[in-house]
Amino acid sequence: MLGFLKRPIVLTTDINVNVVVLTGVGLLSRLWRLTYPRAVVFDEVYYGQYISFYMKRVFFLDDSGPPFGHMLLALGGYLGGFDGNFVWNRIGAENALITQSRLMLLESVLIFFNLLAVLSFLKFSNCQKHSPFCLSWWFWLALTGVSCSCAVGIKYMGVFTYLLVLSVAAVHAWHLIGDRTLSNVCVFCHLLARAVALLVVPAVLYVLFFYVHLILLYRSGPHDQIMSSAFQASLEGGLSRITQGQPLEVAFGSQVTLKNVFGKPLPCWLHSHQNTYPMIYENGRGSSHQQQVTCYPFKDVNNWWIIKDPGRHQLVVSSPPRPVRHGDVVQLVHGMTTRFLNTHDVAAPLTPHSQEVSCYVDYNISMPAQNLWRLEIVNRESDTDVWKTILSEVRFVHVNTSAILKLSGAHLPDWGFRQLEVVGEKLPRGYHGSTAWNVEEHRYGQSQEQKERELELHSPTQVDFSRNLSFMARFSELQWRMLTLRSDDSEHKYSSTPLEWVTLDTNIAYWLHPRSSAQIHLLGNVVIWASGGLATAVYTLLFLWYLLRRRRQICDLPEDAWQRWVLAGAVCAGGWAVNYLPFFLMEKTLFLYHYLPALSFQILLLPVVLQHVNDHLCRSQLQRNLLSALVVAWCSSACHVSNALRPLTYGDKELSPDELKALRWKNSWDILIRKH
Amino acid sequence: MLCATGRLLAATTLPAPPRGRGSAPRCRRRELHFPGHSEQPFCDFLAGRLTRPSVLRARRVILRRGRMPPATGGGLTGSELRARRGRCGPQTARPASRDVAAEAAAPSPKRSAVSSQRLEAAGRWALLALVTLLSFATRFHRLEEPRHICWDETHFGKMGSYYINRTFFFDVHPPLGKMLIGLAGYLSGYDGTFLFQKPGDKYEHHSYMGMRGFCAFLGSWLIPFAYLTVLDLSKSLPAALLTAALLTFDTGCLTLSQYILLDPILMFFIMAAMLSMVKYNSCADRPFSAPWWFWLTLTGISLAGALGVKFVGLFIILQVGLNTISDLWHLLGDLSLSLVTVGKHLTARILCLIVLPLALYMATFAIHFMVLNKSGPGDGFFSSAFQSRLSGNNLHNASVPEHLAYGSVITVKNFRMAIGYLHSHRHLYPEGIGARQQQVTTYLHKDYNNLWIIKKHNTNSDPLDPSFPVEFVRHGDIIRLEHKETSRNLHSHYHEAPLTRKHYQVTGYGINGTGDSNDFWRIEVVNRKFGNRIKVLRSRIRFIHLVTGCVLGSSGKVLPRWGWEQLEVTCTPYLKETLNSIWNVEDHINPKLPNISLDVLQPSFPEILLESHMVMIRGNNGLKPKDNEFTSKPWHWPINYQGLRFSGINDTDFRVYLLGNPVVWWLNLLSIALYLLSGSVLAIAMQRGAQLPAEVEGLSQVLLRGGGQVLLGWMLHYFPFFLMGRILYFHHYFPAMLFSSMLTGILWDTLLRLCAWSVASSRLARSIHVVGVLSLLLGTAYSFYLFHPLAYGMVGPLAQDPQSPMAGLRWLESWDF
Repeated sequence: MLGFLKRPIVLTTDINVNVVVLTGVGLLSRLWRLTYPRAVVFDEVYYGQYISFYMKRVFFLDDSGPPFGHMLLALGGYLGGFDGNFVWNRIGAENALITQSRLMLLESVLIFFNLLAVLSFLKFSNCQKHSPFCLSWWFWLALTGVSCSCAVGIKYMGVFTYLLVLSVAAVHAWHLIGDRTLSNVCVFCHLLARAVALLVVPAVLYVLFFYVHLILLYRSGPHDQIMSSAFQASLEGGLSRITQGQPLEVAFGSQVTLKNVFGKPLPCWLHSHQNTYPMIYENGRGSSHQQQVTCYPFKDVNNWWIIKDPGRHQLVVSSPPRPVRHGDVVQLVHGMTTRFLNTHDVAAPLTPHSQEVSCYVDYNISMPAQNLWRLEIVNRESDTDVWKTILSEVRFVHVNTSAILKLSGAHLPDWGFRQLEVVGEKLPRGYHGSTAWNVEEHRYGQSQEQKERELELHSPTQVDFSRNLSFMARFSELQWRMLTLRSDDSEHKYSSTPLEWVTLDTNIAYWLHPRSSAQIHLLGNVVIWASGGLATAVYTLLFLWYLLRRRRQICDLPEDAWQRWVLAGAVCAGGWAVNYLPFFLMEKTLFLYHYLPALSFQILLLPVVLQHVNDHLCRSQLQRNLLSALVVAWCSSACHVSNALRPLTYGDKELSPDELKALRWKNSWDILIRKH
Repeated sequence: MLCATGRLLAATTLPAPPRGRGSAPRCRRRELHFPGHSEQPFCDFLAGRLTRPSVLRARRVILRRGRMPPATGGGLTGSELRARRGRCGPQTARPASRDVAAEAAAPSPKRSAVSSQRLEAAGRWALLALVTLLSFATRFHRLEEPRHICWDETHFGKMGSYYINRTFFFDVHPPLGKMLIGLAGYLSGYDGTFLFQKPGDKYEHHSYMGMRGFCAFLGSWLIPFAYLTVLDLSKSLPAALLTAALLTFDTGCLTLSQYILLDPILMFFIMAAMLSMVKYNSCADRPFSAPWWFWLTLTGISLAGALGVKFVGLFIILQVGLNTISDLWHLLGDLSLSLVTVGKHLTARILCLIVLPLALYMATFAIHFMVLNKSGPGDGFFSSAFQSRLSGNNLHNASVPEHLAYGSVITVKNFRMAIGYLHSHRHLYPEGIGARQQQVTTYLHKDYNNLWIIKKHNTNSDPLDPSFPVEFVRHGDIIRLEHKETSRNLHSHYHEAPLTRKHYQVTGYGINGTGDSNDFWRIEVVNRKFGNRIKVLRSRIRFIHLVTGCVLGSSGKVLPRWGWEQLEVTCTPYLKETLNSIWNVEDHINPKLPNISLDVLQPSFPEILLESHMVMIRGNNGLKPKDNEFTSKPWHWPINYQGLRFSGINDTDFRVYLLGNPVVWWLNLLSIALYLLSGSVLAIAMQRGAQLPAEVEGLSQVLLRGGGQVLLGWMLHYFPFFLMGRILYFHHYFPAMLFSSMLTGILWDTLLRLCAWSVASSRLARSIHVVGVLSLLLGTAYSFYLFHPLAYGMVGPLAQDPQSPMAGLRWLESWDF
């Protein structure tokens, strides 16, 4: 148990670190192989330091999670390492649901794909220089596209990295277009290959994810209510059990339940009941005192309405059934009370700018019934379209006042049993889902008499044939709902703001041992965070300095070193920026783990900057040695800090309150101390 | 051919002298242009190579002017235009200018060249005057109709009145626009007595024309500004004319300019900034000259104006900023300029584009606070210290005891703006919502129910008894807050709060001050040491519930009707420091303590400025759209999906409907797509190093540079709205629409010229261009004739009815007129 709980945190740090060694060193070794053999020494220092850093990690891991230790031993082939990592993550994901770490795991997988995308893109652009269109060229290009789509498929945050890769690729492509040594055909092939690999493949894969998702999840579940009736009907069980086999076309005499398309704040059905509007409201306004019409979020026999032809008296479907079409005028009869849906120039109870909607009761007080509604099918294909069960979204336009039947979203007070208010909107300002309704349950009414009809309404609908929604329709609906679903911005004890992330002023407590004080926190290594921030600042300043000097034709760096410096910055500093800055614009609840993808890029930048300082800024051997010593000191302090924070990372050790207090390096860290 | 281009260029651009010399390097430029360094614009390339000081001046000309286009047909089309539109008489110069200018370029210009240049200049002035006149005529036509409040006039007219009456109010926008409206009203004899209660109220005898006239006056300038901007960017009269026509004949721009609104003022400053930016760009060949300083300063002033009217002004600031950065970048790359000169350039820009606008912006606020010195409807939004500045407010010139003592009667105000005072009243929470105890809320207005007595937690003796010594409340004390009117204690317990389910409920509990241990709160001053006294107004305090450890705060959510739509008060278990859980003591009554004057607490100007910005930003964020309402979405705007009702609904009303002229708007939309297409084709062709003919290259430079600037303006004024969470309206698109119309003008003129160029016969070529431009001009004019009732107002049946003035014109179902 304990072991599973520990894993998530272990993972993230480790992947970061892995990546630093692997990509960073890989990138660096490539960089320096070309020009500066002298730096080998330095790189050795580096590499050795990192390895020892990792060896420690491995050691940590050995006593907590065997699979991971084994995986690290296979460090030689780094891609293999990544793969193992990934598989392991999934195992973790399945087991660690108890804590909130599921999110955490997603983050780490996301980081993995982010970095894989960047790495394979770099590999690809490297191939580009030597041998375009060779096998490895294709491989890396395709891998870039695939990992981008995986990153996006895991979390929408992956879009940022995808955009980064796309824009770097676009800049490269632009240079390619400008390269006049290449023929037009060749350039076209290059562009086409990139477009296919970086645009088409990710899009196809992304849709494929959903395809698999929808194929796998074919049963109804707890979140059905969010989706439209049509979507629900396509799932096994749930609504489709009821709607399967309903007649498709709504005819005069049909018995229907009408669901609001917008369904906010709650999905609900048009409803009426015996109770009337109170004569006088709390605030002194009067009502018509007619029967209430509301929207009710539960299935109920009072949700049934009968579509009646105003010109005829029957409430049954004639044979053959006469379908209702767009533009027809209908009356809606409430099944249980046989009263007519009505609206008039009386202010609605909670939305006084709109009209009250009621079921008409004739009090003989010169308030005539106004119960004719014109049917508008919103998603019709032609003006003669037939009103279809589930599929058609319809609006009811009041004939006398041209008000539109609408769900206002307000909850009625106690007299309305806290059901939702339904009003006639006098000033419809264009289409809105709250004015559209769709038939969910439907049957052709057969019974002439009221008693019989009530019985009929209570009985389940008959089964005739089934209907399925196309994949694309389901995909687009699901996609749309996912993007527009706004969770309440709930406050959380460990929520934080982006500014606090950089300074590591926040933490997340994941787990506390039920009895002892052992606990797991998401807490960064202060040294690494600080040096990451420092590296970014140094990079930015140096970059600006070089840029301005180059503009004045003073080239501090040789051309190819400069190109590499820019590319490394675009990928690492750019990766940090695109994964971090957008959070300032987001309004949802944010946590420290949202910063981890950005951090991983920042850490990548660290070796780049150090390498650069060593190669280009250190003039003498003495300075180089000094730098190496500094790096050693830095690494050991990082190790020391990670060791000190170990109990909080792994939660394998009980600590006394004093020790915990000692670990609370920042006042803003929320470390749990038990009161005795 | 190359030199011929040079000659033509000279013919179509205005001041002649430097041009003649410019033609030689220009020819060279064409040869130099292609090799290598594709990522570098060729001007920079040139700048990097030509370093001989003697060429400097000429080269600078190329740098700045050289982009300007060629326009084979330019002069000729002018003549054609003239022939058909008799009014443009003075343009006679243009047909001749081709040869004449060539002569002008020669070492000794002849007299005829000079006179024809004069004529040409006069023609341009006349055309400008015509455009301006037409603009004013359309904007001032039927300005007085309707004689009642339309749409947002109810806000901005009212705010103008506030300035005249000098009462303090709060609005989410910076003050300049409303100040100008107030000034216009004041100067035109409006006395500020009209209430501006709701749209539709008749003005009666009140003078409103001054304010409307002022807005229409500023709105009228948009068209000449756009005309001049496009003229400068494209150096082509037809393009400028087309832009002017699009804007003059757009019903939306017209409607928006005719009422007391902030938009005409905002757009005036935006366009002024754009124009002066373009002008100062074209002065770049003579830096630090008088016109250069003039336009640079004017840019700064306009930026301050734009930002002073609405925060949307930030977008044009961004545009000018980007332009300045690229400008400085070019200067830096120009090795012939010493670093000192570059430094001078930089300083001049910092001075004119940052320091000056900032100073002006702050000055508007200073005036705003100076003028509004009386208490008014905006008081409650601001902090207690702020309110002490306003005469008529009970904090003005007030004196209160400085330190909080037991027995004091106080009001407690939430530190977050627009939350209000801690409040309770004799109503219970309804059944089913927490415990059925007395409600505790926050309330924005002053009220007896806001008064609380601060007491020791363990005794109930009256601390005001003269026999007891005064005991001050100190940081960290355990206290009890008793509601003065109902004698119930502030209380919290483990019941969920009514709206924020994760917080605990706060109630009033106990009888005559006797409750239980859930009434005990620890009072803490933020960032202070234990044992310190607590200051009125100044101390930021928190109340921590002793039993549950939660913090008293207000969630800012509006309670339902049972809570009288006051704001929810909760006790939050999350100890994170937010403004919602910080309070300060405002009123303080304690007869045993000496009073001190509140004047010492008066905030300084920077404090006021900061606070008012915080309040404005929060106000803006507070404008959230409601779920179940139709709201305007940014993607609706460019397609002219739906307008706004300015006045009237039914067929008997006088109706005004803000809707863009669909012909203009859809043409704009098409133009953006066409621009992106043609722009990318041309850019790729140039990047591939295709050998474009000189004319085509000149035209593509206009398209890419001039058009690019305008396109950037459109994007900057449009795309940020997609990221905004606040409620949006159709009229937010209009600044972007101005840029879009300019783009249309440039694009169609250039495309027609390209078309004309591709046709071999010169006669046919000329007629293609002329017919194209003329048909566009006439088409927009005709569409304006069709749609003008939208702007000038209409009575009679709605559009469905064949009798309606708009019959058959409701092209989209979503238009409701």
